[in-house]
Amino acid sequence: MTQHSLRILIADDSDTDRLILQALIKRLGHEVIEATDGLEAVEKFREGSPDIVLLDALMPRMDGMEAARHIKALAGERLVPIIFLTSLSDAEDLARCLEAGGDDFLTKPYSRVIIEAKIKAFDRMRRMHDTLSSQHEEISERNRQLLEEQTIARRVFDNVAHTGCLDSPNIRYHASPLSVFNGDVLFASPRPAGGMLIFLGDFTGHGLPAAIGAMPVAEIFYGMARKGFSGADVLREINQKLKLILPTGMFCCGAMVEADFKLGQLRVWNGGLPEAWVLRGDGEQLLLPSRHLPLGILPPEQFESVMETVHVQPGDRLLVMTDGVLEAANGRGELFGLAGIRRCLEQVEPAGHPFDVVLEGVRAFSDKAAESDDLTLVALDITDQPAVPDVSGQSLPSALAGPTEWRCEYEIRERTLGDFSPLPLLLHICLEVPGLRTRGGEIYTLLSELYNNALEHGVLQLPSEWKRSAEGFGRYYSERQARLARVEGHYIRFSLHHTRKPGGGRLRVVCEDSGAGFDFRNHPLVSGETGEGIGPRYAGRGLLLLKRLSKNITFRGKGNHVEIVYDWNFSAHQGDGDDR
Amino acid sequence: MPIQTSLAEDGKTLVIRIEGRFDFSTHQAFRDSYEHAGAKVTNYVVDLSDTTYLDSSALGMLLLLRDHAGGDSARISIENCNSDVRRILSISNFEQLFAIK
Repeated sequence: MTQHSLRILIADDSDTDRLILQALIKRLGHEVIEATDGLEAVEKFREGSPDIVLLDALMPRMDGMEAARHIKALAGERLVPIIFLTSLSDAEDLARCLEAGGDDFLTKPYSRVIIEAKIKAFDRMRRMHDTLSSQHEEISERNRQLLEEQTIARRVFDNVAHTGCLDSPNIRYHASPLSVFNGDVLFASPRPAGGMLIFLGDFTGHGLPAAIGAMPVAEIFYGMARKGFSGADVLREINQKLKLILPTGMFCCGAMVEADFKLGQLRVWNGGLPEAWVLRGDGEQLLLPSRHLPLGILPPEQFESVMETVHVQPGDRLLVMTDGVLEAANGRGELFGLAGIRRCLEQVEPAGHPFDVVLEGVRAFSDKAAESDDLTLVALDITDQPAVPDVSGQSLPSALAGPTEWRCEYEIRERTLGDFSPLPLLLHICLEVPGLRTRGGEIYTLLSELYNNALEHGVLQLPSEWKRSAEGFGRYYSERQARLARVEGHYIRFSLHHTRKPGGGRLRVVCEDSGAGFDFRNHPLVSGETGEGIGPRYAGRGLLLLKRLSKNITFRGKGNHVEIVYDWNFSAHQGDGDDR
Repeated sequence: MPIQTSLAEDGKTLVIRIEGRFDFSTHQAFRDSYEHAGAKVTNYVVDLSDTTYLDSSALGMLLLLRDHAGGDSARISIENCNSDVRRILSISNFEQLFAIK
């Protein structure tokens, strides 16, 4: 290493000693600053900021130890080696020099070789320290930038993946503010016909890659949920997208929940997340384990989007979480696990909520869980009439021109009956009429009641009374699945016809199916009486809804041809609109 | 070494043994273990008898191995997992993609 010139402060009250040392050091090619006592040394240090300081231990006015303390304080973060010049040989005196901030000693009389070696050694140390501190500064700066970038990215992400209806009174959730950078995502959206769709996802990996994958998932989820697509449709789309964009080895564990409060029905799909818990009002617990591969692994043709159907009642609760909950570890390396959740659930007081108890439980169990906050937990309460806030940001029924006089016919046949729901498409066509846009929920309900009746009771001939018991409910849905595979020769046909009326419009919907129909002439609800229907079709709820929402409902043929008339007008709508 | 590889007696089965935690820190070593195995290897055994823990990035690495070994036609068995590891594999339904013994 080539010797380079340093600035060295020498403080010694003995003129002879100082002169000798000064001559030695100048000959080594360094610049020298001189001081004759401690006070002057501190003063000269302040003025000249030398690289290395040589201090005599015993000096008048201020001794070397005191001066060393001042100099170290002035140097701050900078490493300024202090070497004591001493004829002391007592171990305790030498130790005091080091305690005062000295780094080494030079004993008198001086040896040129030793002085040179020590100066070189301390210069190396000084420069190493400089490198380290500048690297440290650079790292802190980078880290600060990274956090800033994450905050900005988070804002962008929030605009795409807003919290939807997560703030509904019947949803409780915990997600870290920067959870998207842990790979966790949580979305909830109201469905046009009522009810909700909730998605909880956990991407492999951390940081930017995980966050990037989350963006299209958010777009797909909110885009499709709003248009009335089912959870299974949304899952298929997400899987296909992730399979396309994520590199092999990256994927998203997730759970989709489709809640229909009117029907008292939850549909759940779990691919790679821990068990979801259904907690009944009466204390019964039902676990819904992962039955599928995570999203983004299987090609579309192998992907299974069938959702499990669970019958629920007001008072029941659903708990879904990411594996951060189960994998929270305590100081001894033990995991919280399923056992931890069970322990928590046993402690829930009648007035308490399992969500709070589990969240507190996992935090108390693991200090690290609270710190790293790498877990997401969501609870959904099944209620009678959940007040879902309107998040769609709907526009007023503006003066925008749109189609008001039109007719269309759409028929789905054969295997497509089992593979595809025409509802989002039909809803989309209807909502092109400006005046219908804010009535999407009612239109969707009309279309879906007609469609589900035509499919389940018409084409598939499923008896609706099965749905009255919990066991029958399961049977109903497994039979539905089985019969959907045998629909050769069947069809469902929708004819939509919209006309203008003074101050509004009229939508006429005809739904026909290839099924056997039913004896509508003797059906108590059709003939106008109220009460529970017992016929093979239209067990009650569906037909009541249709009757309530539409102006008119007419059955024709064998009962497999239904026509409804739906009237709307601007003024009545605006009255409604205020309290939405 | 947390990852050890050996060729079985048949000369075409590569046995990959992972000790301790199977997570992102073993990413490079795991990849090296099969990428440098030679063209004769057609079957893979991932031996997890000494694996204490497995996380989702390990699941991702297994999928990479599966791709390397021919995707749907890959012959890979995952063997000797302890119950925690087994649970993680089955939560993600990896039985559908790998022979888990």
